Amino acid sequence: MLRQIEGSRAVAETVALCRPEVVCAYPISPQTHIIEAVGVMVKSGELAPCEFINVESEFAAMSVAIGASAAGARAYTATSSQGLLFMMEAVYNAAGLGLPIVMTLANRAIGAPINIWNDHSDAMAVRDAGWIQLFAETNQEAADLHVQAFRLAEELSVPVMVCMDGFILTHAVEGVDMLDQSTVDAFLPPYEPRQVLDPDSPVSIGAMVGPEAFEEVRYLAHLRQLDALDRIPVIAAAFEEATGRRSGGLLSTYRTDDAETIVVALGSVLGTIKDAVDIRREAGERIGVVGITSFRPFPFQAVRDVLCGARQVVVIEKAFSIGFGGVLATDLSLALHGTDCTLRSVVAGLGGRSITRLALEDLFATAARGQLEALTFLDLDHGVVERERERMMATRRSGPSAENILRDLKAPRRVGAKEKS
Amino acid sequence: MTTRPVRFYQVGSFAVGNRLLEDGDRTVQSDLNRANSIDSGHRACQGCGEALGARYALDAAMRATNGQMVAVNATGCLEVFSTPYPETSWRIAWLHSLFGNAPAVATGVSAAMRVKGKPEVRVVAQAGDGGTVDIGFGCLSGMFERNDDVLFICYDNEGYMNTGVQRSAATPPAARTATTDAVGPEPGNAFGQGKDLPRLAMAHDIAYVATATVADLHDLEAKVERAMQFRGARYLHILVPCPLGWGSASDDTIHIARLAKETGLFPVFEAEYGKVTSVSHIRRRTPVEEYLSIQRRYAHLFGKKPRTEVIARIQAIADRNIERYGLITDETVGATREVTA
Repeated sequence: MLRQIEGSRAVAETVALCRPEVVCAYPISPQTHIIEAVGVMVKSGELAPCEFINVESEFAAMSVAIGASAAGARAYTATSSQGLLFMMEAVYNAAGLGLPIVMTLANRAIGAPINIWNDHSDAMAVRDAGWIQLFAETNQEAADLHVQAFRLAEELSVPVMVCMDGFILTHAVEGVDMLDQSTVDAFLPPYEPRQVLDPDSPVSIGAMVGPEAFEEVRYLAHLRQLDALDRIPVIAAAFEEATGRRSGGLLSTYRTDDAETIVVALGSVLGTIKDAVDIRREAGERIGVVGITSFRPFPFQAVRDVLCGARQVVVIEKAFSIGFGGVLATDLSLALHGTDCTLRSVVAGLGGRSITRLALEDLFATAARGQLEALTFLDLDHGVVERERERMMATRRSGPSAENILRDLKAPRRVGAKEKS
Repeated sequence: MTTRPVRFYQVGSFAVGNRLLEDGDRTVQSDLNRANSIDSGHRACQGCGEALGARYALDAAMRATNGQMVAVNATGCLEVFSTPYPETSWRIAWLHSLFGNAPAVATGVSAAMRVKGKPEVRVVAQAGDGGTVDIGFGCLSGMFERNDDVLFICYDNEGYMNTGVQRSAATPPAARTATTDAVGPEPGNAFGQGKDLPRLAMAHDIAYVATATVADLHDLEAKVERAMQFRGARYLHILVPCPLGWGSASDDTIHIARLAKETGLFPVFEAEYGKVTSVSHIRRRTPVEEYLSIQRRYAHLFGKKPRTEVIARIQAIADRNIERYGLITDETVGATREVTA
């Protein structure tokens, strides 16, 4: 049923349709609306049997999910940013134990400086943890991906993280075609774990593994992620058959058939990119878009197949590895190895800075002229950066630059505030 | 019906053989049908107090739950020596996740058992003192305040022994560890620091908090059984001497644990809903020197020039415990263990 609904609410109601059995909750913006809504449904008895546990930290949230999943319950939680980093040790552990936990990651920047707005630094920080990471472009896809995530996780015994842009998606109210219980029940069978904590057939789970087998264990985890590359399209196809809607899969393409330039991105910014691409197309440029849905496992072959015909690939990503450059761009450069395709990496939208259609049009025009540098930071205020660099040269001192920059910007909206030098 | 008082022959230990007790009073370990939760073949050091404590505690919990139990283990000695790949000493359902999250993992297992319609399956979580008072404390306090149905057992050997004997917040004053070495003007661990976890647990008003030592295993078993009679969060703090970390003879583990209790340095008691309900009285008041002098971690107190002022400060701690818990009464000497109904 099509409803005008907040992204968080759509996800919460969809998760509820998946019949979670243990939900652990710790508040952090911008994820909080999701677990609040699930919490109401559990407390009212609507979701029985389901336990909603208000934990004391994200580390505990993932740990409770680990215990619940190992004991055979379908476990769910959600987090963002600092919360994900605080649970990092347990995030790795859940994957290592092969527990099919599903977690929503409402993507948000990581401090310092503290920042609650959207970028993908949090997801990138755990890309090597062994979780499957799926990125939603829209709230419709965010909702749909959760249903697919539970099935994928439980088929493969691998935890799945559904990434949706904080605020941009979580707090946006838009039309979402909500699934009904019978459709979800038919698509998602009850969780039947391969190995479970059962007093009647006791097993030891989480034993120490030394050098004699650790590499094999890790390699098997890698193979299971590669298996996911096969399962993700199959599950997306089954979902389409059940709902009549295309959602998920390894990647999505838009106007790529004859494209000389292909723009690659993750998440909600794909919408703005498509608008800018439409305008460039009207001007006669052969430009298209690829959205990566499955970031981990990374679909090397599918990406290579769709990009190899292009002359230039422009990666726009909301995260980067400090001291190195783009993260997604690095993966793509490997996928494009041996082709004639030029790769351009653009870092944009950090800490919630808007990525506007106009800025993207300019960017694509620069790219079309062959003038885009290998690594670009979109809309960077070079004046601010230069002033701070000069200060650092003049007086050698340690400490944060954020406060200096704020003084430069003189907080224009704080009318009446006394100016300090 | 005539009654005959049980006579305790083993005067040195006050322990009594199971042969002399009625069936109902015999230890779980004396029962051929005990669970053997942690079986032989593990790699604990000779004289390990933790291995002994875990065996008695878990077998007692298994009997109390009719075998319907899952154990969650924090990282540490117990986890490492019991599961060297590809072997396991555990004959019960057992889960290890991380160092600091055992209470939360146990909460998750307990919640899963409820939703799966198996509320009879009980959960015991266990950790060393590092996993309890330090890195696991946040999760433990959360589990306590939510009153999750978990018995949490701390095997307290007063330091990070698995990593090579470093100080924890359970390391006592003056004790030498690798990070509180016996050097400088105030050798060993500082005075005035550390966490008293049983009292912190009581402050959460949970149903049951108790302490025990491996010197009185009958008492330890009784406390585990008592703990399993409650639903909700429960806490059992067991003093387990560590020959490696304490620098004690491996055949002195029981002796040292007994001295910890008899000096008053380790008060043995039970509390329900935040109130102390019973204490194990000191039978033969013992000066702390007797306890300290047989452990190399305190060797710096007994050199050519004994540090009498430091020993006096430790004695003061024992005296304060004796007063706080009323560990000595007029009838103390010769008192018998009170078995809780």
